[in-house]
Amino acid sequence: MTTLAHADPKAAKSLRRRSWLRRLRGADTGRPIWRQPVTVVALSILAAWLLIALAAPLIAPYDPIAQSIDTYQPPTGAHWFGTDSLGRDVFSRVVHGARLSIPLALAIVALALLLGGLLGLVAGYVGRLLDEAVMRLTDLVFAFPQIILAMAVTAAFGPSTGNAILALVIVSWPVYARVIRSAVLTIRGEDYLNASRLLGVGPIRTLRRDVLPNSVGPAIVLATLELGNAVLLLAALSFLGLGPRPPAAEWGSMVALGAQDLSMWWVSVFPGLAILTVVLAFNVLGDALRDRLDPRYMNGR
Amino acid sequence: MTTVTQGTPGAAVTAAPGPRPRRRRPVLAYVAKRLVITIGLLLGVTVLTFGLVQVVPGDPVTANLSDQALNDPAAVAAFQAKWGLDQPVYVQYLHYLGNLLHGDLGTSQQTGRAVAEDLLQYVPATMELAIPTMLLALLLGTGIGMLAAVRNGRLTDQLIRVGALLGLSTPPFWLSLVVLYLFFYRFGLAPSGGRLSPGFTPPDTVTGMYTVDAMLAGQWELAWDAAQHLLLPILVLTCLTVAILVRFVRSSMLEVLGQDYIKAAYAKGLPTGLVLRRHLLRAGLVPVITVSGLAFASLLSGTVLVENIFGWPGLGQYAYRSASALDLPAILGASLFVALVYTLVNLTVDLLYGLIDPRIRIS
Repeated sequence: MTTLAHADPKAAKSLRRRSWLRRLRGADTGRPIWRQPVTVVALSILAAWLLIALAAPLIAPYDPIAQSIDTYQPPTGAHWFGTDSLGRDVFSRVVHGARLSIPLALAIVALALLLGGLLGLVAGYVGRLLDEAVMRLTDLVFAFPQIILAMAVTAAFGPSTGNAILALVIVSWPVYARVIRSAVLTIRGEDYLNASRLLGVGPIRTLRRDVLPNSVGPAIVLATLELGNAVLLLAALSFLGLGPRPPAAEWGSMVALGAQDLSMWWVSVFPGLAILTVVLAFNVLGDALRDRLDPRYMNGR
Repeated sequence: MTTVTQGTPGAAVTAAPGPRPRRRRPVLAYVAKRLVITIGLLLGVTVLTFGLVQVVPGDPVTANLSDQALNDPAAVAAFQAKWGLDQPVYVQYLHYLGNLLHGDLGTSQQTGRAVAEDLLQYVPATMELAIPTMLLALLLGTGIGMLAAVRNGRLTDQLIRVGALLGLSTPPFWLSLVVLYLFFYRFGLAPSGGRLSPGFTPPDTVTGMYTVDAMLAGQWELAWDAAQHLLLPILVLTCLTVAILVRFVRSSMLEVLGQDYIKAAYAKGLPTGLVLRRHLLRAGLVPVITVSGLAFASLLSGTVLVENIFGWPGLGQYAYRSASALDLPAILGASLFVALVYTLVNLTVDLLYGLIDPRIRIS
């Protein structure tokens, strides 16, 4: 590989990029990651939730925000998951909740990956003062437990869906910045980067064409791991009344509704199970990915 | 995601050869460096909380003055002068910082009291949950994590891994409700929430932790009642914290198990128990120190949600109430306090780690 890198930067790059893909495909363990039983289960659960989110209006028997006089009905044939304090059908609300939690979690992780990735990429490549500034900024965010800082930010800007996303992006970008930065640092002195610089390629083009493809892999795996965390944090924020405004069918706020009357267990048990299955599936998937790749590759060091 | 300081493995080897004139200096230099970094970090934290106050939509003048006073330019100017709002932002920040150094975190709009005073009342309640949880979680987390590592790949390991993943994936607020439903509503084994049953009056404040204070006063019945109220919140918090620790301990122990000296110890014919205690536990526990900071953070986050369900008047509930009432001085004071505690915990962890593992402090 070293000889190849000297002779042909492109070949070295493709080798490098293929190495982590090859591990996922199971070159060393014999079974591709998507054929592993646990991964299959996790992927099926996620696929099911995705389908539910897409087809929510078709699946839900009732309007998720329509109130009725049938308050606190236990689970029956008419209301599979019962009804809540306002007579709304819990099943319909859980089904519609998937349309909020899953896309919002994806948005949070994508935005955090974008912001953190960009900062980490530039910090790692440029180095010096900029690197120092970005790293101290990550330290600053790490000085707070995530939910506390997110609460403070949403309280400051006012509770809404947009501000909840903003708050969660603010508390979650530093991980990606660190991972990408350390990946960039490991390849900074590589011959193919020097080669492209000698050829007169500008820094932005170098970053985009050579640095990014070779450093983004671990961050994407990390993003998968963080998806479950994003679902949990979002649910926690809206449980605290700092997420999407009522009457939005958000799982966290639905669990909060069930806390009003403990004996009506169905009001909070079903949305909670929804959160649990989605988060568990994301975590299993992330774990499987991490198992395949070197674990030390994944920590933002 | 942790702020673990990691040394380059080769650093110890590349140290200059020959006798070193002053042997104790590296440790001191390391401690000093960490202290400076921590102070800088805390300053950054105050800039952040101050900045959040600045960006808040809504003007303190309109929020605090009546319509009549607002129409009077002299009243507005007097108000601005009194609170320093007519000063440039950096002067306001210095004022803010000066107040913080005097322990003045502002006044809560909700309770009408000084935030610092509020915190003094709420923090001990949280400590009463956090201290036993942390001890229990470290004990259980180490034991279970080690068991999983030793049984690597077998059924026990698989079950532990699934259990830990479940613990990580369960929303804490939901778990609290489920536990409350089962143990209070269904089986009547535990009280529903709060710190004491109706009819009991809190013991004289020494530590602020009711169980401890009651025992100090010799009120055993009161102590027993307070302890029962601790049961469920600690159960939930321990589940969450153990889940994090188990995963970390397991991977740390697995790494040690793969080392040659473990194989050598077995090859020498040492009994398994001895190898595990003397070799595995000692080496495998060092990195666990670092993750306890992370576990502590998740514990603090957990208390926000758990205290809310159990009606536990602690720091978490204070932060939650302030946040939902948009009581900014209170929420910022509380988060500043939490950041301070968390940063100091991390500093302690880093220092401990540096003292135990010399490779760390040299890098």
